[in-house]
Parts: sequence; C-alpha cells; structure tokens
Amino acid sequence: MTATAVRGIGVPVKRKEDPRFIRGKGTYVDDIKLPGMLFMDIVRSPYAHARIKRIDVSKALAMPGVIDVITGEELAKANLAWMPTLMGDRQMVLPTDRVVYYAQEVAAVIATDRYTAADAVLAVEVEYEPLPPVLNPFEALKPDAPLVRPDREQKSNHIWHWEAGDKEKTDRVFQEAEVVVAQDLYIPRIHVASIETCGCVANYDPATDKLTIWMTSQAPHAHRTVFSLVTGIPEHKIRIISPDIGGGFGGKVPVYPGYVIATYATLKHKKPIKWIEDRSENLQADSFARDYHIHAELAATRDGKIRGLRVHVVADHGAFDAAANPSRFPAGLFSVCTGSYDMEAAHIQVDGVYTTKPPGGVAYRCSFRVTEAVHTIERMVDILADELGMDPAEIRFKNFIQPHQFPYKSPTGWEYDSGNYPAALQKALDMIGYQELRREQAERRARGELMGIGISTFTEIVGAGPSHTFDILGIKMFDSAEIRVHPTGAVIVRIGVQTQGQGHETTFAQIVAEELGIPVEYITVEHGDTDTAPYGLGTYASRSTPTAGAATAVAARKIREKARLIAAHLLEVSPDDLEWKDYAFRVKGAPDRYKTMQEIAFAAYTNFPLGLEPGLEAECYYDPPNLTFPFGAYVCVVDIDRGTGQVKIREFLAVDDCGTIINPMIVEGQIHGGLTMGMAPALFEEIVYDENGTMLTGTFMDYLLPTAVETPHWKTAKTVTPSPHHPLGAKGVGESPTIGAPPAIVNAVVDALSHLGVRHIDIPITPAKVYRILQEKGVAE
Amino acid sequence: MIPGPFRYRRVRSVDEAVALLSQLGTDAKVLSGGQSLIPMMKFRLAEPSYLIDINPIPGLDFIEERDGMLRLGALVRESTLERSSLVRQRYPILHDTAEVIADPLVRNLATVGGNLAHGDPANDHPATMLALRAQVVARGPNGERVIPIDDFFVDTFVTALQPDELLTEIRIPAPPPRSGGAYLKFERKVGDYAIAAAAVFLALDEARRITQAGIGLTNLAYKPLRAVDAERALLGQQPSEELFRHAAELAAQATDPVSDLRGPADYKRAVARTMTLRALRRALERAQANA
Ligand SMILES: Cc1cc2nc3c(=O)[nH]c(=O)nc-3n(C[C@H](O)[C@H](O)[C@H](O)COP(=O)(O)OP(=O)(O)OC[C@H]3O[C@@H](n4cnc5c(N)ncnc54)[C@H](O)[C@@H]3O)c2cc1C
Repeated sequence: MTATAVRGIGVPVKRKEDPRFIRGKGTYVDDIKLPGMLFMDIVRSPYAHARIKRIDVSKALAMPGVIDVITGEELAKANLAWMPTLMGDRQMVLPTDRVVYYAQEVAAVIATDRYTAADAVLAVEVEYEPLPPVLNPFEALKPDAPLVRPDREQKSNHIWHWEAGDKEKTDRVFQEAEVVVAQDLYIPRIHVASIETCGCVANYDPATDKLTIWMTSQAPHAHRTVFSLVTGIPEHKIRIISPDIGGGFGGKVPVYPGYVIATYATLKHKKPIKWIEDRSENLQADSFARDYHIHAELAATRDGKIRGLRVHVVADHGAFDAAANPSRFPAGLFSVCTGSYDMEAAHIQVDGVYTTKPPGGVAYRCSFRVTEAVHTIERMVDILADELGMDPAEIRFKNFIQPHQFPYKSPTGWEYDSGNYPAALQKALDMIGYQELRREQAERRARGELMGIGISTFTEIVGAGPSHTFDILGIKMFDSAEIRVHPTGAVIVRIGVQTQGQGHETTFAQIVAEELGIPVEYITVEHGDTDTAPYGLGTYASRSTPTAGAATAVAARKIREKARLIAAHLLEVSPDDLEWKDYAFRVKGAPDRYKTMQEIAFAAYTNFPLGLEPGLEAECYYDPPNLTFPFGAYVCVVDIDRGTGQVKIREFLAVDDCGTIINPMIVEGQIHGGLTMGMAPALFEEIVYDENGTMLTGTFMDYLLPTAVETPHWKTAKTVTPSPHHPLGAKGVGESPTIGAPPAIVNAVVDALSHLGVRHIDIPITPAKVYRILQEKGVAE
Repeated sequence: MIPGPFRYRRVRSVDEAVALLSQLGTDAKVLSGGQSLIPMMKFRLAEPSYLIDINPIPGLDFIEERDGMLRLGALVRESTLERSSLVRQRYPILHDTAEVIADPLVRNLATVGGNLAHGDPANDHPATMLALRAQVVARGPNGERVIPIDDFFVDTFVTALQPDELLTEIRIPAPPPRSGGAYLKFERKVGDYAIAAAAVFLALDEARRITQAGIGLTNLAYKPLRAVDAERALLGQQPSEELFRHAAELAAQATDPVSDLRGPADYKRAVARTMTLRALRRALERAQANA
C-alpha cells in the first residue's frame, strides 16, 4: 500500500460529508418527519422581568387543530418546571409565577401543524405585572437592586466569585513595578447564530417503551445522561440522535427548555413532537456568549519586560447560570490570559452576576472564555507598548515564552505543552512585509490618512481534558473511539464526539487510514447516535482531535497489535520478527514478505491463529494527560475612511500552529471560517437591549452577520510544533482564528489612531463609534 | 415567522387588479416582489386578508425610452434594471441604485414599483426618483393619473396611491447633454438599508453652469427627502469643491434622522453630508464625460 493510495495524515482529502451537503441530501433535525407527528410552538415573554398573574389557554385550546397548551403549572406537577443547568444552577423550563428575560418560554402549544401552532401562540392570553429589569451587572450588584432569582437561598444577584493565580505575589510585583497600565475592556454579548436554529423531534414509543430524540446537540451522550437524570427514565430507554447539524459553535451544548417540553409532550401524548425555533427565537432566547466586563492591569519594567497581570471581571450570566463550562471552571479557562508571555505573577478574579437577560455564556467557537482571555492580554500588551513608545512586535519578542521554556508552567497554573512563538511572529512579519508597512503608514499619516497595523500573538488552550481536572456534571471529559475492521478490510469507526461542520467523517477516517494502511475511502465514520456510538462528551472547545482523535489513533494501534499476531501466523514467523512499515507488516530484513491490513483482516475472520479471539476490533477511552496549546501570529492591516468612520481590512495574514496537521484543506477551511467569525464581533455583531430589556437585534437585519462582501481575502500560513503528549502530535484548530482575529483587528484600528492619543476601543468597532472618535480628535472629514 | 391566515388571488390584467382592489378595499394588498410585504406578514406587522398577486400581468415589465422619457413598468425587477444596458449607459444613477439594494436573491424578485409603492423612507429608489424628478403613473377605477414624485411620498409607509389604485409605470425625464447622476449609499453591511444615502443629478450648460440639480436622501427622515436648499445653492453656479461642500452641508441640515442601531442621529447627518459630497463629485464626473 502506498501513501497515495492510503491518503492518511497530511493529505488534503476532499470532505466525505460534502457530497450529501452539496446535493441538499443532508438530514437535519427538521428533515425528520414521522407519522402522526405534532408540532410545538412557544409563547414567549414580552417583558424582561414580570410577574405572571394569569395564563388563559381557553381560546387557544378551542382552536381547531390545537391539541394541548402546556404551562409551568402543569410541568411543576411532574417536577419538571425547573431543570438543572450544566453549571450546577437550575433553570426554569416554563415559569410558574415570573419571567426573568425577554422572549423567555412561557407556555407551549401543541397542534397538528406548524401554522395552527403559530396562530394558537397568539391566542394564549397571559397577564403580566411588569417588574423593573436588571440589565447592568454593576447595578445588579448594588444592595438595593431587584432580585433576579428570589428562588435562591442567597438573596443577592451575585452568583460566584472565582480566582486564579497568586494574589500576594502579584500585588507585590505591582507595588514594585516601574510601569503600570490599566484599561477597562468590555466584550459584549454576542450570539453564535448558527445557520440551523435549535430544535428536536421527540418520540416516545409506548410499544417499545423507548424515548428517541433527534436533537440539535453537540453532546448527545451527555444530554442523554442529563435527560435520564431529569426525567427518571432509565438511560437505556433514551436514544438521542444528533443528525447533520448546521453549526454548533457552543450554542448546541446547553439543554434548552424547548427540548424538555417537547419530551414531556411526547410522553404525555404518545405522539412524535417536533419543535424547531425560528430565527428570532434563536437569536433572542438561546444562549449568548461573552458579556465580560474586564478591568485589566499590566505591570512592567521601563524597558518593556512584563512582570505581572491583574484582572478583575464582572461576568454577566443572565438569569440562570447556564454556561456550559467544565464544572470546576465557572469562568472557563479565562485564567490562560497571561497568554504567550512569560511573567512573574498573575492574579485573576471573576464575579458571576445575574441579570434579567437570557442565560448562557457559552463557549462560542472558543475553548471556554479563551476569546475573552486572549482579547485581554493582546490588547493590554499593545497598550503597554503604546505607553512605553515601543513597537508592538518588539514588545512581543521581548516577552515571549521562549522555545526552551516548554513545557511551561504559567503563573495561573497551566502547563503549556509546546510552542515556538518567536518563529511564528517572525514568519508573519516577514510574509506581510512589516517594516515596509510601517514606512507606508508614516507616509500616509503625513498625508492625513489613517492606516493601522495590528498584531495578535495568541495562545489557545484546547482539548479538555485531563479527567482529574475536567468534568461536566461529574462526567469526566475523556473521549472515545471504536473501530471495527470488516473481513474485506473495510472499516467502520464510531466516535464519541459529534461533527457540526468540522469534517470529522474525513479527518478521523484519515487517522485510521494512516494507522492501519487502509485507503481512506474504505473507512466510514459514524457519530451522533447514542445507541451506537461510544460514550463521549461531544464536540466543542476544539476538543475532538485532541481527545477523540487521540482515542482513534490509540484504538487503531490496538488493532495493529492484534494484526501483528495474525500476520505472524500467516507469514509463519514470530511477531517480533515483524515490523510495521510502508503500511504493512513486513518480515525484518525481508521487506518483500509482508501482509497488508486487508489480508490480515480477512484472516481475522477466516484463518486466525489458535487461541486468538476472532475478529478485528478495538475501542479506546482516551483520557488526555494534558490540554494542547495551539498558537498563532496574526497581522491585520486596516484603512479608515474619515468621511464615514468605516474600517476596511486591507490585508489579514494568519500564521497558525496546531501541531501535526491531519487534513490541511480542512484546517485551512476552519481557519477561514474562524477568522470570519472573529472579524464578526470585532466589527459587526452585538446583542443589544433597550432600557426595558427588550432585545433589539432579533433578526439578521440587525444582528449583523458579515457576508462574503465584508470578508477580506484571508492569507494563511503555518508553522508546525507537534504536541509532545498527543499520539499524533496534533492540537485543536477550530477556534484559534476566532480568538486570535478580534484583537488583531482592534489593535490595527487603534494603531491607525494611536498618534491621535487613542489607546482602546471596545468591540464592535462600528463606523459610528470610529466617526465619533474622529470628530473628537478633529480629523473627521 | 409564520404569517396569519390570508386569501390569495392571481390577476392577469391591470383592470382585473383594479376591480378587485375596489371590491376588497383596504383588506387587500397588492403583491409584487413580496420582498417587503411578506417579511412584514411573517412578523405579523401586516395582516391583509387578501393578497392580489399582480405578477401574472403580462407586459408590466418594460424598460423603454419614448417621447423623452424613460418608462419603467411597475413589475421591472431590480435585477433586470441592474442588467439593462440602456439603464447602464443612459441612467447610471439607476444602475447605482439597483446594485445596492439588498442582495441578489432579493433583487431577483423585488420590483421598482413595489420599492416606491411601499413608501419606506429606507428604500433606495425614492431618493433617486426624487433627484430625477420622476413621475408615477397610477391606475384606479376612474382611470389613469400621473403623480409628480414630489407629491408621491406622504408619510412613513404612506404614498399618494389610493387603496384602489395600482402603480403601473414610472417615468423619468431623459437626460440632457452634459448631465450625470450618481447614487451613493453607506450601509453597515451589504444587504442592509442605508445609514445614509444620497442621489444626485446634475446638468450643466455650455458655460459649465449648473442648470439642473436634484438631490434625494435615503433613510434620513420620516419619508424620502429632497434637499431643496442644497439644490438651490447649486443652481446657476459653476461646480467647485467649495460649492459642493456647501451644498452637502445644506443637504445634511435638511435631514431629520432618528438615532437607532445604525447610529446616532448626528452621525447619520454627518454621513449624509459625506455621501452627498461624494455623489456630487461622481455626478459631475459623469456629466463632464457626457458632454
Ligand atoms: C433582506 C432584505 C433587504 C432589503 N434591503 C433593501 C435595501 O437595501 N434597499 C431597498 O430599497 N430595499 C430593500 N429591500 C426591500 C426590497 O427592495 C423590497 O422588496 C421592495 O422595496 C419592494 O418591492 P416588492 O416588489 O418586493 O414589493 P412588495 O413587497 O410585493 O410590496 C411592497 C408594498 O407595495 C405595495 N405594492 C407593490 N407593488 C405595487 C403596485 N404595483 N401598485 C400598488 N401597490 C404596490 C404592496 O401592496 C406592499 O404594500 C430589502 C428586502 C429584503 C427582504
């Protein structure tokens, strides 16, 4: 077998999943149609905060085609009016007495078709007594603020306080420091806005006593366990199928009330129930991301050596703490905010706060608050450079963790596995022609033109993660793979993670192809069905390749070890006399005597050695020894229109290092998509509420997803620094660009204005915001 | 996103449409491209009991120059306008406008007639038509009438059309020599309605004096706006950067925008000035090329 035939690791294999998507033959949740299926639609609150005085369902129930209207009162009788969140809080499924955010689920209509259900939603009469909304987390923390959650024992809107790093040491460093810079940064609430909204088809079959739920889920197994715990249904009687998913980005990790109500309804009516959100429901009520109010300080020497970082965050979590972070990390992995820089000390504090806004804080294409962390440090480093009159590239070189320092223990306790930061930045600067750009900038400035160059040299932290540290509701964050080699040498691989566009069906097949020497087209990858796939924690936080990818490699190696025994039997030599080379077991010293995996597979079912179990299968539950730390160096060049305040990205170069690359085409695609999703909040996207807590950005007319027109031509390049502990040397990549791009863009815009005394601009950097600055500085046209 | 219940009728002639409209009164709505009406119905901001679909009417999609007028049938799609070589060569301002409306999918269906009839100050064609001094032809139970564009836009979503009238045609005076127009729009992203946009039409005499000036503004007041003072300041003058800046300033002063997600009112006014200035420059370039 040759590498060209196998098409394993490093080959840009075209995605196996694409033919069905391109032909419109994917199967998404809304494509599931079952006989007798009923439709659910949801009555939602027009208030951000209100007491419910009365719900009158009689008019709705009287409409032809309306089967049922479910309220919180009814759910309470089944003990389902509340459900646990993944963060150990609890969340209303349907309210019994009050609503705590705009568009909150208030009641659910079940009808024979979608149209009737939509009409009946308007016929449900709800009488509200409005209460004062709590929209600003700083206001929420004041003693006289209205309580968002009177159901809790603790009578305040403060949820938790969390710290990392060494306070005393950090304070000492700051006291001694020659230079201290400080900045408030706000990273606004945004939404993942997947093209497929959330929904499910829940079907309880009384004949088999089995509950099947097709669900837009990024973590079907974890959801099965949660459903079993919440409903009391034995776990083997629940099957969750996550079919083709049109984008997850963290938004399909939480359990939404709609899933639970639909499940309750199918158990009650013994008919399949379909619930699909419309676009506005998705934008208004599903989990948001970010919403971090950050105060950051950096201590340094006068010649630009960073000594310490001190950060305090007020985190707006909405009405329920329903972020989907690992249990012990209420602020996710935010403490990685010391970034790519070696410093003596850091101290990080985060306070979670309730407000009357939708719950969430999901890891939007970001390994749990790493976007917030990277934004903080990459902005602060630029602010320090500005304070000291240093070039932003120079200050980075001066402070990088050096290649020989790996594995590097960060001041907040992380152990970075590998990296070569100076090489990545140098490559980026050389490719973009940094010195030339600085010269051009000086010329343009002299002419009154505004041009900026921004750098971001970020460190990611992905692949949760060692089970001693990471769990979700107690379930350890390992992941799994199961491989079966059929007699003819074709393979089925089942994995515990679930693809939502990442290309697992291709990448994971390539891993097996490489390890077993079987051509990639003979390998099928299955996932997303809890009845067939091995238990796993799902795909988010760039964890699939670091965890399930490793599991796949290890399982394949187990198969290879068994195959060695069969090959030895076939070749009539001792197993020790064989070596795995060029995709076959070959007799040492006589490489022409060999058996391919295909031959071995056939023998595994037809001619196996006495005493050996027949068949050729293996599974692996992989508990990674550490996380992986991808990194990158991004450079962005912008021009600003003085007549409108518009920022135009002229050039953007992303140098990424995600260790060993399995499929370079997929990696490049992930980077293009991620950069676009990073540009979006930097320049366009923001969830906005009015003073009543009504969401103003509930459609794509106002929640501004960039299109191809706004997206610049992304230039990409790579360096390769393998992970020392991953079986393939691979790290995650899906989220690097999303976290690396925003500060590169902001740094570029601020750089364009720095000579006017501008040091920071909060995202999104809208034309109106820029224009106001231009006016203030007297340079508006 | 599901509209309320409604009934739907297809009509095959203008007379049939007018007859139905008179019969059904305000309960009925004309459906042309549906790109404004259907979203409003999905959000239940409009709940007409009847839709009268005029798309099957033959011959309402003409683009022709006759008797010194460009005539556009009510059913001309934005995409047709965008691709018309007549429009591109003789009325580049119309091409500019069609090109920046929504996205190609919307433009394949949206009609010029609907764009005006909707009476939305955020739509782009009204400003262009104001700058070009267009006329709108309407047919009602009592026959046809021609409405000067200045009388057409009455209020937000309200035009001079009566409930039983159908907009059938738009007439635009053919451009004189040494004339040119341009439409410039600034939007948050492609497909968005304007933060501010300006339509400018200029004609010069042989002595390079401005003999005609039309300036229309988009999304800067409760209805589409003509910048009358700015136009007046231009008339009889020779074009210069200083004059244009003055006119752009006057145009900005004529606006009365509201603060919203597109930006605060003073910002929109500033962008209106920038767009007007840049549209003036481009219109002048085209007028000079058209000598
Ligand atoms: C996503 C999106 C973005 C958009 N962006 C823009 C934009 O940037 N700029 C812009 O200008 N427009 C924009 N539009 C609006 C689009 O151009 C509209 O469709 C157009 O303004 C209306 O044309 P229509 O043919 O679709 O009219 P319809 O939606 O069919 O009708 C609109 C109104 O006019 C009435 N009407 C239509 N035709 C007639 C007639 N012949 N006689 C009497 N009454 C009639 C209807 O009854 C209705 O009240 C956008 C639309 C969408 C969906």
